[in-house]
Amino acid sequence: MSINGKAYIAGVYEHPTRKAVDKSLAQLHAESALGALADAGLSKDDVDGYFCAGDVPGLGALSMVDYMGLNLRHMDTTESGGSSYVIHVGHAAEAIAMGKCSVALITLAGRPRAEGMATGTAPRNYGSTSPDVAFEFPFGPTVVNMYAMCAMRHMYQYGTTSEQLAWIKVAASHHAQHNEHAMLRDVVTVEDVVNSPMISDPLHRLDCCVISDGGGAIIVTSPEIAKSLKRPLVKVLGVGESPKTQMGGKIDLTYSGAVRSGKTAFDEAKVKPSDMKYASIYDSFTITVLMQLEDLGFCEKGKGGAFVSDGNLISGVGKLPFNTDGGGLCNNHPANRGGLTKVVEAVRQLRGEAHPAVQVKNCDLALAHGTGGSLGTRHGSATVIMERE
Amino acid sequence: MAEQRTFPTPEADPDTEAFWAAAKQGKLMLGSCKSCGEKHYYPRGMCPHCGSSNVELTQASGKGEIYSWSVLRRAQPPYAIAYVTLEEGPTMMTNIIEADLDSLSIGQKVVLKFSPTENPDGPPVPTFKPA
Repeated sequence: MSINGKAYIAGVYEHPTRKAVDKSLAQLHAESALGALADAGLSKDDVDGYFCAGDVPGLGALSMVDYMGLNLRHMDTTESGGSSYVIHVGHAAEAIAMGKCSVALITLAGRPRAEGMATGTAPRNYGSTSPDVAFEFPFGPTVVNMYAMCAMRHMYQYGTTSEQLAWIKVAASHHAQHNEHAMLRDVVTVEDVVNSPMISDPLHRLDCCVISDGGGAIIVTSPEIAKSLKRPLVKVLGVGESPKTQMGGKIDLTYSGAVRSGKTAFDEAKVKPSDMKYASIYDSFTITVLMQLEDLGFCEKGKGGAFVSDGNLISGVGKLPFNTDGGGLCNNHPANRGGLTKVVEAVRQLRGEAHPAVQVKNCDLALAHGTGGSLGTRHGSATVIMERE
Repeated sequence: MAEQRTFPTPEADPDTEAFWAAAKQGKLMLGSCKSCGEKHYYPRGMCPHCGSSNVELTQASGKGEIYSWSVLRRAQPPYAIAYVTLEEGPTMMTNIIEADLDSLSIGQKVVLKFSPTENPDGPPVPTFKPA
């Protein structure tokens, strides 16, 4: 059985806030949900399936279901960090294909700026019952130094350079200049990136994403409902999800779970990487993008540095326009989880609703990919491929 | 030489008590599977390679080389996190200590040196210094 063609993305919304001192977490989820429902032309009473991850307040989905007054027959609280929401699109398509729900709502929200969270440079401790904590937390693993070790190994093994990584930020900044909501709208150069302060070797400040408050939501529906709405039709063709771990000490930092999630999604969609007109690629750091592009098959393993150089990711310039909203690197990384906004911009592109300066012509096939957790220890990878019908 | 950071004290649980007791005696132990013969790290109650629960702890030589590293420049004091591949095979997360943080490299030979942790009654943690 396949989900190819069994579900459509009917509504998307990206909350415009980037600093939400005046809003509660539940409020941000609810405003995002209402935004996506309005985009689809549906109301909250149409929702019969709800999908959320660990960023919701309360016990699993229950508090948000209560807050929003939803009447459901299906719910899913799959938690895989920033990749969760891409997984949710897949799980929603599966649930719709199985007849378990017909209008699925996915929400994300968070307030790391308002709460003054040290997102990237403070060691995270998931609690002493997490079996890895005693063997890792004493050594100060943070978000940034774990991704940095992946970059360091990639440079060693494949000759990747800081200048090549910098091109990823340069491309994102070219796109963000057109996004009025983007946190960083100044176009930067390779020199700007490599001359920015070193945070954790070899990653500079401008290799890192922004920290932002905000949220977003996605509505996935059955084909029948999607076709009854007055919105462009965005069909889900294929989905894939896969975790990658330390494998009992057989650690290999040079690839991600995208090797598996990408292949699963492409096989189900019956398309190949070179068919993609646009790609939303998780960009917590520049190295994240480079590794995922390789692992998804956009270029050969180890050749990501050459692939991203010379503006190849810039819309209107290169062969693979990516993250045309400015991505996490320049626009928005709500709740430190970037998977949902990746789907949102891919849908904008497929509908022809991206900013005119970055809209890809005849954008009929697009991919969105998320990574959650830590590329250097344990992470989830998820890929969704969509088609404009 | 870089200023030394203070190491949080790891909490032992029933699965790892023996590992941390050995650490107090200056021994770095690996998980070792009596069914498939493979070593693993971190040690645990089942072999992550074959699924057997017929596992024991065996002592590592303490010799290894840096698989990857990064100095968190924004920390006070800055410190070098690393993955070290042990002579016995497994790669483990650690810190490189007693080193010039500007001279670390992948492939560099390192040796085990336990570092004390915040709680003087708690176990030390396995760190490495240049060989």
